Amino acid sequence: MSALRSTTRLFASSKPLFRPAVFARSYATVDALSQVSATGHTSNKTIQESKTLNVQEPNPSEQPKIKTFQVYRWNPDQPTEKPKMQSYTLDLNKTGPMMLDALIRIKNEMDPTLTFRRSCREGICGSCAMNIDGVNTLACLCRIPTDTAKESRIYPLPHTYVVKDLVPDLTYFYKQYKSIKPYLQRDTKTEDGLEYRQSPEERKKLDGLYECILCACCSTSCPSYWWNSEEYLGPAILLQSYRWLADSRDEKTAERKAALDNSMSVYRCHTILNCSRTCPKGLNPARAIAEIKKMMASN
Amino acid sequence: MLSQKVAQQSLRRLAVQQPYALRWSLMNAASPAAIALGRNIQTRQAATSSNSSDPTKLLAQQRLNRPVSPHLSIYRPQITWIGSSIHRVTGLMLSGSLYLYATAYLASPMLGWDLGSASAVAAFAGLPIIAKVALKATLAMPFTYHCMNGVRHLIWDLGVGLTNPQVIKSGWTVVGLSTISALLLAFL
Repeated sequence: MSALRSTTRLFASSKPLFRPAVFARSYATVDALSQVSATGHTSNKTIQESKTLNVQEPNPSEQPKIKTFQVYRWNPDQPTEKPKMQSYTLDLNKTGPMMLDALIRIKNEMDPTLTFRRSCREGICGSCAMNIDGVNTLACLCRIPTDTAKESRIYPLPHTYVVKDLVPDLTYFYKQYKSIKPYLQRDTKTEDGLEYRQSPEERKKLDGLYECILCACCSTSCPSYWWNSEEYLGPAILLQSYRWLADSRDEKTAERKAALDNSMSVYRCHTILNCSRTCPKGLNPARAIAEIKKMMASN
Repeated sequence: MLSQKVAQQSLRRLAVQQPYALRWSLMNAASPAAIALGRNIQTRQAATSSNSSDPTKLLAQQRLNRPVSPHLSIYRPQITWIGSSIHRVTGLMLSGSLYLYATAYLASPMLGWDLGSASAVAAFAGLPIIAKVALKATLAMPFTYHCMNGVRHLIWDLGVGLTNPQVIKSGWTVVGLSTISALLLAFL
């Protein structure tokens, strides 16, 4: 091993001998970042689409149905530049029916620098959650409105830190999810040592809760979560929280309730109900939060 | 071990003094026999450069520069959150005006103001009819809306009426009823 280590060291030190510096790879953002002071910070004001380049449909069909899409752009490699809205025109005859199809087509055929998350294209992974025409939804489940006179506007999830273009930083959201201990907590075994059984009625309580895919559409549609996301858990996490509170097999209900028993975790919910309105899976986080409040009040 | 050390040292020297010679020797060294004897040296031509900056720091620094995505200004106006914000604003208007009037009333003997009912009635009677209606409506509308929406909140706290169609229906019902009742109060 020592021989191996010394040889790697040898090659690290003699790299310029073998490879011209031009081909040396480096972190993509090093140069751009050096232009920014440590306290420098991007303005949140978005540059309107009238001041940016319009990218046109490359090869429209015979009778094109041209629709304009305004897409939020921000590049971390130019951190001092403001976020901007960029317009893309697409021929709907050559585009699939969903917003995600439009985005993929833009990325494939017009502008490869457009960045967004997507995976399953059928509304089960929750990657492509974004704000489309003012409402949070999954791009893969959102039809492109066929009215070509109206343009569609696509933003990242509201009031999130933008990693790039339509990609929000959901690190804190996932940390909050972890904080509610989203797993079955149980100390006692069943009498026969087999699986933990539920009656059909007990199982029915979990319907409308277990389907949540944690796409963060509801949490980022909640004005209360916009202003208090550090301490308020937000609708998605509270729905998950209720999913474990309502589970008949879980034995740590009291501990779970105690963890929520403060002014911020649950009670920043002011029943605004944007969450249930926007859920792309048709779930009802507001009802789950109301049930949590009832449970907390009952003893 | 000694032989290995000697080989390393000579290789190092070779690398510094005659790089091309080393390259050729390495090419030859990758024979199956050399590999079997453990004498070959693996090269990775496309290795990443040893960047001196700490990549975790780089991410943290990038995080400082991230913009917050637009929120209030771009979210579609819906009865849910617009109704809720109006509820809060009307609550502030009602409690704020109550506090203002109450403190002014407490301070009035010292300041020599006359804020009693009689003078208020007299001042109001002197206004033109349009001003009367407008003033009453601006006081009545927050009151009726806040009251009725408050009832809605109480019903929600029972876990009832939280589905989307119910929320939309009850929201517009409250808007309609509060407007009508505010107008009724204004024309009394």
